[in-house]
Amino acid sequence: MLIVRKVMTPLLILALFIGVLTGCRSNEGSILNTTDPKESTISILIDNQIEQDGIRAVAAKIEEKYHIKTEIETRPSGVEGHEVIKTRLATGDMADLVFYNSGSLLQALNPEQYFVDLTQEPFINNVEYSFKKSVTVNDKVFGLPFGNALAGGWFYNKKVYRELGLSVPKTWNELIANSEKIKAAGKTAVIGTYKDDWTSQLIVLADNHNVISQNPTFAEDLAANKAKFATSPAALRSFEKLSEVYQKGYLNSDYKTATYKDGIEMLVDGTGVQYPIVSGVLSVIKRDFPDRINDIGFFPQPGDSSDTNGMTVFMPAAIYVNKNTQKLEAAKKWLTYFASSEGVKTFLSNKIIVGPLAIKGREVPNNIIPAVKDMLPYFESEDTTPALENLIPLKGPNLPQITAQVGSGQLSAKAGAALYDQDVEKQAKELGLTGWE
Amino acid sequence: MNKLANKTYTYYFLLPAGIVYFVFFLLPTIMSLFFSMTWWTLTDWEFIGLENFKTFLSEPSLNIGFKNTLIYAVLTSGLKVILGLLLGVYLSSKLKTVGFIRSMIFFPTLLSTIAVGIAFTMMMHPSQGIINIVLQGLGIAGPDWLGDTDIALLSVALVDVWKGVGMATVIFIAGIMSIPQDYYEALKIDGGNAWHNFKSIIIPLSRPAMNTVIILSFIGGLRSFDLIWTMTKGGPGFSTDLIASIIYKQYQAGFFGLSTAGNVILFILVSALAFPLYSYLNKKEVDL
Repeated sequence: MLIVRKVMTPLLILALFIGVLTGCRSNEGSILNTTDPKESTISILIDNQIEQDGIRAVAAKIEEKYHIKTEIETRPSGVEGHEVIKTRLATGDMADLVFYNSGSLLQALNPEQYFVDLTQEPFINNVEYSFKKSVTVNDKVFGLPFGNALAGGWFYNKKVYRELGLSVPKTWNELIANSEKIKAAGKTAVIGTYKDDWTSQLIVLADNHNVISQNPTFAEDLAANKAKFATSPAALRSFEKLSEVYQKGYLNSDYKTATYKDGIEMLVDGTGVQYPIVSGVLSVIKRDFPDRINDIGFFPQPGDSSDTNGMTVFMPAAIYVNKNTQKLEAAKKWLTYFASSEGVKTFLSNKIIVGPLAIKGREVPNNIIPAVKDMLPYFESEDTTPALENLIPLKGPNLPQITAQVGSGQLSAKAGAALYDQDVEKQAKELGLTGWE
Repeated sequence: MNKLANKTYTYYFLLPAGIVYFVFFLLPTIMSLFFSMTWWTLTDWEFIGLENFKTFLSEPSLNIGFKNTLIYAVLTSGLKVILGLLLGVYLSSKLKTVGFIRSMIFFPTLLSTIAVGIAFTMMMHPSQGIINIVLQGLGIAGPDWLGDTDIALLSVALVDVWKGVGMATVIFIAGIMSIPQDYYEALKIDGGNAWHNFKSIIIPLSRPAMNTVIILSFIGGLRSFDLIWTMTKGGPGFSTDLIASIIYKQYQAGFFGLSTAGNVILFILVSALAFPLYSYLNKKEVDL
């Protein structure tokens, strides 16, 4: 009897334990089985900062046409969102379609392991060449660019510019001269919103056109460990500009605690006059202050010479197909519709266009807002340069904190650039780039 | 043989808990020791020795991180002990409203740290926050609580104290309540006053409670993360970075091996500070 008990006790405990473990999994299979094979559902994971009306409109059409339902999942934006993506990919728990950045961030994901190669798909032919480049890794196209490119530069309040008799600056010195006049008029010359520290990067990021036009090989040299921010005068200049804005006292007094939202309010009501930011800001203004959108103008971040005046462009994010998806055919149908001219039309039906589109064959409508009109000449004359992160797979993860420090006088431009070089080095080693051993 | 079985069979009942502990606590700990020495993408890894530790320790913001972590831990645990003790003495007296005040003090402990962080971030806004509006009404120009690099860490530490002092108070109340009445009577006979009461009875005899509060809040302070992340994200710049927030940022950047190495370092740091502190405090305890 005792022997029976001796043997049984551990066995029973083990059985109980296994029961507990397997109990958690028992209904997983049945959920899959109840799906109607004719009506499939595609899940798409998007950034929660994106306005969903465009995607919902496309999803409704797709359901009507192909009987494919779309289930929209959201994730946080910014670095927290990137972390969600990386973790879900690595654990194999990913939606069928994934919305994610192109360029350097895509490269860092190791797309060949996680995403379906779309190079041979007919709908990829609809994508403009420069956009295709930003979703291509090792000659394979992995994504369908989503929406439009964004311009990085300075948004300004046109009313105040008119009142003070200012004209759009073509050189950095002209920008400084304008800012002096604005400051003398008792207004905030440059809006700083460093509480949302990503906004502090813009003076550095939007300067890439000037960097590349002075030093055309800077991007490649940086990636190959042949150039550094702190020692290349053209690149160091970006940090110096950021520092100068602080040193000359152009920022609003609460720049350390002001948020992106506060910055937009300052810009539209004219208490703040110039705001270095990405053109995505226009869709927020259009939504929250639709009657003021015509007061807002745009100019690219000026360089030291007016000859090389041009604009830095951020490539749009893209949709990728999860390699582990059970519904590859449905996912491809989804993308085919999305890339068709009808799909693009549906997607944009209620939107304003804040930059050039990734899909060919869609002309720019007439009712375009002034700030975008300010951008178009640069696209037409091709005086644009993609942002550095779209050119090479490197963007140090600590740039927002570093620029917030340089932009608030805690670090000199040179020290900030050197610190960022270390940050870039860490990432290059983590990615295993050549030249960084 | 039978005797042995009789002695050991009870251990089988520990097995389920043991397995859970092993799978969810010990195994990850051992795995993290291993992965801290690899270049790791969550699916792939490559052994690189101590490279991650070298990179982590040469992190430029780490000096600030170490300094801030120590300041934060010492400050929060110190304030919690002092305030908790005073409140504990006050609230173990025979006041009429004692129940109400006790729940008032304890209430913040029940709130989610994230919610507290968001609420205080709004209240500490330099121009629109309620704290500075009230100060302005009193004719004082309030500082930029979270934007000023000199005081941002202190602001967050104060919120941590506000939230955590309730727990410390409750522990102190329990400690003070368990002191037998005889001591007070003896002191009365000897002609002692309230101060002697506090100094010679309450402080030495509530030492076990005090030690618990010190250890819990010190370790809590060393590995604190959630409040600082909701309120400042380590900013402005790197000025309020703690070791935990540096690790988290590296994890966000996808440097999984590196951030695991950071966690191992944090683990070593916490143990290296907490164990000696614990044994030191234990030695000073007296029996009731």
